[in-house]
Amino acid sequence: MELKTTRADIISTVEFNHTGELLATGDKGGRVVIFQREQESKNQVHRRGEYNVYSTFQSHEPEFDYLKSLEIEEKINKIRWLPQQNAAYFLLSTNDKTVKLWKVSERDKRPEGYNLKDEEGRLRDPATITTLRVPVLRPMDLMVEATPRRVFANAHTYHINSISVNSDYETYMSADDLRINLWNFEITNQSFNIVDIKPANMEELTEVITAAEFHPHHCNTFVYSSSKGTIRLCDMRASALCDRHTKFFEEPEDPSNRSFFSEIISSISDVKFSHSGRYIMTRDYLTVKVWDLNMENRPIETYQVHDYLRSKLCSLYENDCIFDKFECVWNGSDSVIMTGSYNNFFRMFDRNTKRDVTLEASRENSKPRAILKPRKVCVGGKRRKDEISVDSLDFSKKILHTAWHPSENIIAVAATNNLYIFQDKVN
Amino acid sequence: MFARGLKRKSAEDAEDADGGGAGVPAAPSYTLQRQSLLDMSLVKLQLCHMLVEPNLCRSVLIANTVRQIQEEMTQDGTWRVVAPQAAGRAPLDRLVSTEILCRSGREQEGEGDGPLPDPAPGQAPRRPQSSPWGLDGSREGRGGFQKSLDHIFETLENKTPGSVEELFSDVDSSYYDLDAVLTGMVGGTPSGPGLPAFAPAAAAPPSSTCRSDLGELEHAVEILVET
Repeated sequence: MELKTTRADIISTVEFNHTGELLATGDKGGRVVIFQREQESKNQVHRRGEYNVYSTFQSHEPEFDYLKSLEIEEKINKIRWLPQQNAAYFLLSTNDKTVKLWKVSERDKRPEGYNLKDEEGRLRDPATITTLRVPVLRPMDLMVEATPRRVFANAHTYHINSISVNSDYETYMSADDLRINLWNFEITNQSFNIVDIKPANMEELTEVITAAEFHPHHCNTFVYSSSKGTIRLCDMRASALCDRHTKFFEEPEDPSNRSFFSEIISSISDVKFSHSGRYIMTRDYLTVKVWDLNMENRPIETYQVHDYLRSKLCSLYENDCIFDKFECVWNGSDSVIMTGSYNNFFRMFDRNTKRDVTLEASRENSKPRAILKPRKVCVGGKRRKDEISVDSLDFSKKILHTAWHPSENIIAVAATNNLYIFQDKVN
Repeated sequence: MFARGLKRKSAEDAEDADGGGAGVPAAPSYTLQRQSLLDMSLVKLQLCHMLVEPNLCRSVLIANTVRQIQEEMTQDGTWRVVAPQAAGRAPLDRLVSTEILCRSGREQEGEGDGPLPDPAPGQAPRRPQSSPWGLDGSREGRGGFQKSLDHIFETLENKTPGSVEELFSDVDSSYYDLDAVLTGMVGGTPSGPGLPAFAPAAAAPPSSTCRSDLGELEHAVEILVET
């Protein structure tokens, strides 16, 4: 039976929480689905650590901006978890315009034995009550409910591309194409604008903000990337409006590779701090780069994701694939980085051994508990048996969103409307 | 998207050649292909204005590409009003460049996307020479174009449904020819005053001059070096 896939189910963001116990996905239809890792049990060792659906809720609805006569998509652009501080879980989810704070909590008990209500909740006639009792909590089937606790709206003229929770756990930032705002979780009707690159005359616009993130440990530091391939590191202690950066990261252009598409492929689609806070990783169209915060003039490592596309740039420009925004992730120890590609391929690079692997997320090629077979793209000349040629690649199957468990070798890969979770079977 | 397992065209035969064979573009072809890239970019910018707010990043990147092309064309001296004596040549060039645009996207991806021969290292970058290719299909003066580019961002900011027309409101009427031509091609009706015989003629030139499909465009772009 063919499973029908609708546009609303296309996954648009994937994120583990800080312990890795929960995995959240957002989709184009504005829904959030949270998976929870099964507790390990001695009886069912082989089912150790599987992720099952924990909660599903509608985060954003489509809206209409009457002033501009434009639709506001309900697609979830990003989800970011807050660190857990009590029994409930909190996450931020955002579409193009509005950020929401959701509380996800469990209920497994309910009170029984009310005096003024009967078991169905109907009011009892007070005249019939002759004794009083104290209601008691009795177990019930586990219910997970998600409630919107805060709505942060009307602060972005342009489309939000990033949200990032600060290490002080009191503030977070939201970034759109031209501005970055700082919020306090408790205050929804006010935000501080900390970056504004909008030119006075919009005709002079040549560069936009593409991603932004707070430093994992220093709550005053954040970075943002641009469509011209640059990264700026800013310190909020320097001034209220961080228009002047503290550090500016840019690699000089390679003149031998210059073309009309040079700028487009240099546009950074994602920027991520390493867990250590010492490095940042950026993703542009063809490469992933690792930068040392102490060296601004060039990255310390560059990894080719799919260099065979370099000769196809005009076609990829024509069909708009050149504008695809791939994300990149670090593993827990910052030793391996991962990013997606086309044909449902994703790539991992080991920074220490310098080895890399291409894997495929597809139902045809992987059964549950089967080992993933490395894939290879053949560029020209003779194609070996297991290789796939560049022209056979399916460009509609793109892996833009991936996530890595914070401490274990478990990865989540979103392939259009399917979520794949792969685990390392070392033990 | 790219279809699986499509038979590739002769571009692939040249794949194993050393790049000095059929894949070498002549200078006029480069100019045409650059023009074609320019046209494609302008169409993309127009297509941005849909029901949902356009992606600003994409628009900025396309507009920057358009500016780059324009700057280079200005330096080459190819960016000027078409002189009357070149009118005979210009429509044919325009025919080629817009014909590429009017082919459906899927068609184009299926053909000519074989791996291209790498340019031989010793090959000098091709720059269009002054006179013979100076008078190509460029349609208008520089001023009108720059204005239209500026309008793109103004209209991006003040979004109204009618802004597509505003985009080129100050521009030379010859710019509308591109629109009219494209509409004419798609709708099957003859286009505006500049090219009355365009629609039926679209089927006509399958000759070698129109062999400039995207495969060659990519090749030309690949060897483009900024000096």
